[in-house]
Amino acid sequence: MSQSVSHAQKYNFPVFTKEMIATHTVLIPGMLPIHFSLLRSALNGLGYHAEILSDTSQDVIETGLRYVNNDICYPALLAIGQLIHALESGKYDLEHTALMLSQTGGGCRASNYIYLLRKALEKAGLEHIPVISMNVMGMEDQSGFKMNISMMRRLLAACVYGDELMYLTNKIRPYEMTQGSAEQLAQSWLAKLDDIFMKGKAQAFSTMKKLMPKIAQEFASLPTQAADKIKVGIVGEIYIKYSALGNNNLEAFLQKQNCEYMLPGLMNFLMYCVDTFITDYKLYGGKKLTYAANKTAFVYLQYLEKILHDALNGTPLKAPATYTETKAMAKGIIGYGNNMGEGWLLTAEMLELAQSGYKNIICAQPFGCLPNHIAGRGMVNKIKQIAVDANIMPLDFDASASRVNQENRIKLMLATAEK
Amino acid sequence: MRVGLDIGSTTIKIVVLDDNNKLIASKYQRHFSQITQVLEQLIEDLEHELPHLKEAYVALSGSASLGIAEDYNLQFVQEVYAEKIAAEMLEPRTDVIIELGGEDAKMLFLGRHFDARMNDCCAGGTGAFIDQMASLLNVKTEDMDKLAAKTTTRYTIASRCGVFAKSDIQPLLNQGAAKEDLAASIFHAVASQAVTGLAKGRPIKGNVLYLGGPLSFMSQLRASFDEILHIQGTCPEHSLYYVAIGSALCADKIINLTSLKENLTTCQHKHGFNHLEPLFTNAEEFAKFQARHEQNNITLASMNNVKEAFIGIDSGSTTIKIAVMNKEGELVDSFYESNHGNPVIAVRKYLLDFYKNYPECKLIASAVTGYGEDLIKHGFGVDYGIVETMAHFFAAKYLQPQVDFIIDIGGQDMKCLKIHNGAIDNIFLNEACSSGCGSFLQTFAELLGYDVKEFAKLGETADKPVDLGSRCTVFMNSSVKQAQKDGASVANISAGLAMSIVKNALYKVIRTNNPDSLGQHMVVQGGTFLNDCVLRAFEKEMGKEVIRPNIAGLMGAYGAALYAQKRYEEKPKPTSLLNAEQLTSFNHTVKNIVCQGCQNHCHLTINTFSSDKPFISGNRCERPVTHAAPKDDLNLYRYKLKLLKALPNLEQPLRGVMGIPMGLNMYELLPFWQALLNHLGFKVITSPIEDKSIYQRGQGTIPSDTICYPAKLMHGHIAYLLEQKIEHIFYPCMTYNIDEHNTENCYNCPVVAYYPEVLDTNIPELDNVHFYHDYVGLLHKNKLAENLLKMFKKDFPNLTKRELNAAIQAAFKAYDNFQQHVKMQGQVIIEGARKEKMPIIVLAGRPYHIDPKVNHSIDRLITTLGAALISEDAISSHISSTELNTDLHVLNQWTYHSRLYAAAKYVAQNEDMHMVQLVNFGCGCDAITADECRRILEENGKIYTQIKIDDIDNLGAAKIRLRSLFSAAHLIDD
Repeated sequence: MSQSVSHAQKYNFPVFTKEMIATHTVLIPGMLPIHFSLLRSALNGLGYHAEILSDTSQDVIETGLRYVNNDICYPALLAIGQLIHALESGKYDLEHTALMLSQTGGGCRASNYIYLLRKALEKAGLEHIPVISMNVMGMEDQSGFKMNISMMRRLLAACVYGDELMYLTNKIRPYEMTQGSAEQLAQSWLAKLDDIFMKGKAQAFSTMKKLMPKIAQEFASLPTQAADKIKVGIVGEIYIKYSALGNNNLEAFLQKQNCEYMLPGLMNFLMYCVDTFITDYKLYGGKKLTYAANKTAFVYLQYLEKILHDALNGTPLKAPATYTETKAMAKGIIGYGNNMGEGWLLTAEMLELAQSGYKNIICAQPFGCLPNHIAGRGMVNKIKQIAVDANIMPLDFDASASRVNQENRIKLMLATAEK
Repeated sequence: MRVGLDIGSTTIKIVVLDDNNKLIASKYQRHFSQITQVLEQLIEDLEHELPHLKEAYVALSGSASLGIAEDYNLQFVQEVYAEKIAAEMLEPRTDVIIELGGEDAKMLFLGRHFDARMNDCCAGGTGAFIDQMASLLNVKTEDMDKLAAKTTTRYTIASRCGVFAKSDIQPLLNQGAAKEDLAASIFHAVASQAVTGLAKGRPIKGNVLYLGGPLSFMSQLRASFDEILHIQGTCPEHSLYYVAIGSALCADKIINLTSLKENLTTCQHKHGFNHLEPLFTNAEEFAKFQARHEQNNITLASMNNVKEAFIGIDSGSTTIKIAVMNKEGELVDSFYESNHGNPVIAVRKYLLDFYKNYPECKLIASAVTGYGEDLIKHGFGVDYGIVETMAHFFAAKYLQPQVDFIIDIGGQDMKCLKIHNGAIDNIFLNEACSSGCGSFLQTFAELLGYDVKEFAKLGETADKPVDLGSRCTVFMNSSVKQAQKDGASVANISAGLAMSIVKNALYKVIRTNNPDSLGQHMVVQGGTFLNDCVLRAFEKEMGKEVIRPNIAGLMGAYGAALYAQKRYEEKPKPTSLLNAEQLTSFNHTVKNIVCQGCQNHCHLTINTFSSDKPFISGNRCERPVTHAAPKDDLNLYRYKLKLLKALPNLEQPLRGVMGIPMGLNMYELLPFWQALLNHLGFKVITSPIEDKSIYQRGQGTIPSDTICYPAKLMHGHIAYLLEQKIEHIFYPCMTYNIDEHNTENCYNCPVVAYYPEVLDTNIPELDNVHFYHDYVGLLHKNKLAENLLKMFKKDFPNLTKRELNAAIQAAFKAYDNFQQHVKMQGQVIIEGARKEKMPIIVLAGRPYHIDPKVNHSIDRLITTLGAALISEDAISSHISSTELNTDLHVLNQWTYHSRLYAAAKYVAQNEDMHMVQLVNFGCGCDAITADECRRILEENGKIYTQIKIDDIDNLGAAKIRLRSLFSAAHLIDD
């Protein structure tokens, strides 16, 4: 593997420089509303001017279709469509705008999104716009965006707070006495946390240990009432399962259908990503130093997870299964070496949800998602052998899958669930 | 009493149950999307029939009822669930229900492990699909059953989706295949699709119930299911009404029927739909538009006094077009009609009429183009054949000498030609899967109950064209359905479909975003552009005015006539076209046989014409024609296959037999694993490469319908090995591939990497054997030895690490040796071709594309056309890592795919080489590689040709592509 030549040198792509931190607005395609709002706070706390795009109009999809190979995964088409659409909207000074996209670096197509974005920019005549790759592997050379310890800690903190707020909102919302109270509380905490991130304090363990139980308590004390809800778990490809733009507003639909739904948190995915390197090292060998670094990172993540779970367990709501518990579910069903895309984690999450009462599971993926052929659809028969009453509905999303079709299939799942 | 309504995509069913849940009335009617009106009518009928029925428990079910239930505040019951409830009451001993509806297919497993499946949104093997196929065969849907009963041969028809199947059937029709056989093959395809798409690996056993329209009405369709499932299913009484009965049983809301009816009349649609700008803002604009297009004309002249003429025939997929032209290039006679599934009859009739009507005119030269080119050329003694892309170019160039871009949208095909310096520079053809073409408009016009011309006319007045996106027909069905539900008028749907055809062409076929880059002088042609909406939509989307010739639908035939003239004038000779006398005694019979020449077992259609030796089509090689084995000496694909088959094996194994499924990365790594396993004392048995039944063997256990075909084949390979009672099967998971030291990472694609996991969990019989599918990597020899030892230790406890280390050494040696041989032979072929001045085609794909089941013998098609053929891995190592990675616009992280980029770069440096990329449907990675290979080639002035392959067995489209490439690159003389 030849990683000696840096990409920017090789391809002459515009680099996001240190100076640009102060002068450029950084546009980020939306995915998880709560988490990404916190992510923005975390970045802005470091001096960036980040903005999360939230436009979910048809124009975004159209722009994507126009600039991205239509056979590529739907998330790429949407994220890139959203970015280009924003650039073309006239709202931004194109001399002072940069784009950011995450890059996971696995064997999935997703690692190529950044290149697809650059191809799209070229097509749109916007190739001078710098693109920042958000990755932890040093995949792109960009002096203005270095994933150092300080930044990583802030970003991770955003994820943990995000997971907590998302989990609690989803837990309380279906049962709240006052409609909208959970959502409102989440919003008010986002505002408070923004302030704390700007002051650079949110990522401190001490802050987390103080704030997270407080958040949990506040949610737990919102007045609720018993209600008969269908419990639904949502798993799948990360963008599609989380993003309303990607899944045709799945969450809103489920709310209307009298459901309580559970979305496994982002931390699971992050821990899985780090764990992947550890597994691969054990299976195939590699650099000891990288292995050690990943081990350390994993311990750090586990500690963050513990803070979160302690906070939740301090309330009657209780925390979901830990990463380690979830991982154990997949043992003997799918190999841990299966780690492109969501890999074995997807299988494990389905099993975990089925076991913790969310027996109706929507497995959402982009049409033609390669890893999910294996770990999603490919595992459904096996999961049903283990969790006999699991009611799993794989759903494909893309620009032309009709909503009627999708909703009818969800209704089938719900009809089967009710009796 | 209880009333249940089932509003499906094409029909409404309504039942009334008495207080003992006994069925006392039922109605069934097609609704042509006029749902509320038909509903009203049906309720009124019921009121007449059952005068005492005033109010009842009412519930709605069916895909089209969701919106209605919401709008009128009625109870909605999901249809699959309703079906379950009905079956539990009516046929309590049922184990499995199979229901085909208008656009849905469903399968229910009843009992303790209840499970219900509906077809994925991309599968079209349903009622609407059968309708579509019937119209393609030009028969009534009702007659399909009678036809199928009389079948003698079955053809392989891609069953994955309607559009795929269409591209299989059309050429068969053109080759003269019998409708009886096609009808039966279509039923078989539908059944096979339902089983693969819905059972997803779960066995179908016990009492099987067939429900829904198609299965109720067509006994042969039921027979196809029986045959595939090895069962005897039953079609019970009321099989059309199960959903309606179920929803009646679930109904818990009392509704007054009279007020419901009134509600339906008064309530308006509440929903909106996404729409686009109107095509024409007013009548004046339309008039101006029409006037402008009347200028672009080929001169039409009369037949009077024409003594000599040239004739061009375009035997298209659904139509026959004929142009007769005088020496001045004026069109003197023409013909444009549906071929009604048999082009021969149409051509004969035209010629006879022509000879009779114009006895004084002599046809001095003739040429034929299109799908039916070979058949017509042979049957009628036509002088010249020309590939259709070239025919269209000739015609467009005649009209507009400066033409630099041609787009032709016909019934089934879409062709776009970019012209540079007076020659075809690039060709885009639609994939078999996105045929948003003429027949697509026709299908929808008919679906909505309109004639296609009337339908087009309506679109001109549309004020809010529905935004339907740009996808294939099967998707479009549901989008149109939704638009109707949301209250879109037929006019707006018509205009919306026209827009969608254009978008499909621009963004899916041509993949442009910048109309200016396409050209300045555009000619649009093909029958579809005679639809003013499509033409206008195209101009609007391109932002410029284009030329539509007055004979837009005839340009292929006209181009052929021009070509005939050109060839004649270059070298005059008497025409061989059949004369009136020969035509009178003309006799045409068709026979279908299966070629026994090789393992490919092509279905041959033999057309016998009175005066001549038989014309054979459907063949992939020359064997059935010349009775000689195909010449494979300049074909590296065949060499690789031979090499794989000739690998040394251990005949007296110490440790027994190890089975290897021969698919995916095994085409690369078999030399490695076989040497390794031999060294460990195993004899290796592989599943066969050339056995066409492999796919069917494993079809029932495929969990994901949209995965690539090579992956689907793996199920059959495993099934084969299990049938051979092989107890040890080796197929490891491999995240990483061989490291060729020129990539950022050396991954396999997720499917190649992890497919063993899918096999393990979805083929229950694998539990009874030892299936070694743990994760291994080749990057680190010590780790590899450890992992293999761990994998085998349980069953072979005396295996040692030392043995393994030695075996790994031997394996790498064998692998390198194999690669060396391939590269050397590649060089031999290149040099051989250069000596003969033959063009060299790099047929680039993944190692498993050499599998003839996967490539459908495209390799031989290429060599038959007169080129030498090598694979990507024969030349990829000629490009150094630095060279490869310089100016590469993708993340170069997959080993196999990296070879494609290298091959493209190498081809770009070699004048006599051309690249043809094989791409599997559903291959996500190739969305990336194809764009990049195209970029590399085009930046270096080369033509990029892509052939998409799946289980489609027909090479029609591939042949056009290849011939176009050959013509455009001047590789061979016609």
